[in-house]
Amino acid sequence: MSNRIGGQTIKLENPPCILSRATIVGKKEGEGPLGEFFDVVLKDDYFGEKSWEKAECRMFQEAAMLAITKAGKQVQDINYLFGGDLLNQIITANYAARNLGIPFFGLYGACSTLTESMSLGAITISGRYADLVLCATSSHFCTAERQFRYPLEMGAQRSPTAQWTVTGAGAFLLSNDDKPPYITYITTGKLIDYGITDANNMGAAMAPAAAAAIKAHFEDTQQGPDAYDLIVTGDLGSFGRDLAIDLLKKEGYDIADRFIDCGCEIFSDDQDVHAGASGCACSAVVFGAHILKNMEEGKYKRILLLSTGALLSTTSVQQGESIPSIAHAVVIDMNRG
Amino acid sequence: MDGSGKGFMLMDVRQEKIKKEYQIYVKRKMPKSNLIRDCIMAFFIGGLICTIGQFINNVAKTFFQLNIEEASAFTSIILIFLGALLTGMGVYDDIGKYGGAGSVVPITGFANSIVSPAMEFKREGYVFGVGAKLFSIAGPVLIYGISTSVLVGLIYFFIK
Repeated sequence: MSNRIGGQTIKLENPPCILSRATIVGKKEGEGPLGEFFDVVLKDDYFGEKSWEKAECRMFQEAAMLAITKAGKQVQDINYLFGGDLLNQIITANYAARNLGIPFFGLYGACSTLTESMSLGAITISGRYADLVLCATSSHFCTAERQFRYPLEMGAQRSPTAQWTVTGAGAFLLSNDDKPPYITYITTGKLIDYGITDANNMGAAMAPAAAAAIKAHFEDTQQGPDAYDLIVTGDLGSFGRDLAIDLLKKEGYDIADRFIDCGCEIFSDDQDVHAGASGCACSAVVFGAHILKNMEEGKYKRILLLSTGALLSTTSVQQGESIPSIAHAVVIDMNRG
Repeated sequence: MDGSGKGFMLMDVRQEKIKKEYQIYVKRKMPKSNLIRDCIMAFFIGGLICTIGQFINNVAKTFFQLNIEEASAFTSIILIFLGALLTGMGVYDDIGKYGGAGSVVPITGFANSIVSPAMEFKREGYVFGVGAKLFSIAGPVLIYGISTSVLVGLIYFFIK
């Protein structure tokens, strides 16, 4: 019998646990309000490498290794690596996977990569096709800026809705052990496009995708916001967050009292990041360092985590195409069933 | 790829209406740049750069006894040097953050738009990195600047 419930959701038969995790962030992130919670804070953007791309790759790799060693495992124990990043042809994840030597599935979900990889990892473990799966993702402010926007030293003004790409990497080791927290449900998002074409307003592009995934999850599981202590989105930013609340209110769900966005948590207001943070690493490091810690300390029992991705390219933006977006939800629960 | 939904994608009229309403809603609710403050900042930062230019120009004329044309070239060279130096020192982008158009329009902004990609794409090599990307931002300015000057020249030629 299938474990599917509703149109987009799976109730995992054998909920995998998050055995260990590791987070690495850049200097600016380390200076933010969550600075003390990250495993490693870089001293500069280069991390001792010759290029920003290499630095990002090293962050990815070291986060992966740290998650493995924290769990007392060896690289060869890991059955699969699911990972991705923002760069063209996901070079960060590819080069890191080359060095790690773990069977690898490369993913591109832009900033939704965290929950995309966790969804696929959880399915693989629940289906008993793997015992240990590593899910990892990274982003780097400098590599993202030069690929998607302008050279760093260029004196251009950023718009109020612009977001700041997080420099960092997060890795999560999923296993079939019986140790909380668990991943119990997965809701896979559909691509949603409400016709936003402004690449400096990704919060507005992604908010409908986040709202649609949350709504689908509620409908499929026949539960409302009350079933969760916290609903977390990846990188909608302050403007996108407000839009998502409004969109869900129209659908009859009021989530405002238990809703946070990772993009609004990692930097403080005086760090000049405009609408907040973004990037694959945004949800990964905030979830890994901050939210999971709060769950372990008993502050939250059950949360709904959604990473949100704006699936644009520089070509599609220049050709005036709108920005399709996606959000994948996973339920993280301190109880297994 | 057809985000407008007019192509092969199945989009009913209701969906289109929701999308339109959303776009209008976003436009209305969007945090806007403070236009007045930005204009004032651009006026003063741009004015400051031009005042520095005028100062250099005067120095060239009075102390170095240069004629008008020589003094203009002298001023441009110094300003371009300063723009490039401040870009290399990582200062010009901070000036740009506050100055906006005030620091983009003067010749120092032009220097910034050439030096910043040059610095950034050195890693990709001197041919396909620096060479190819050097004019990635300044290129369009040159194309349309030169095209406009040709056009104006032609008009001037005929109405003279």
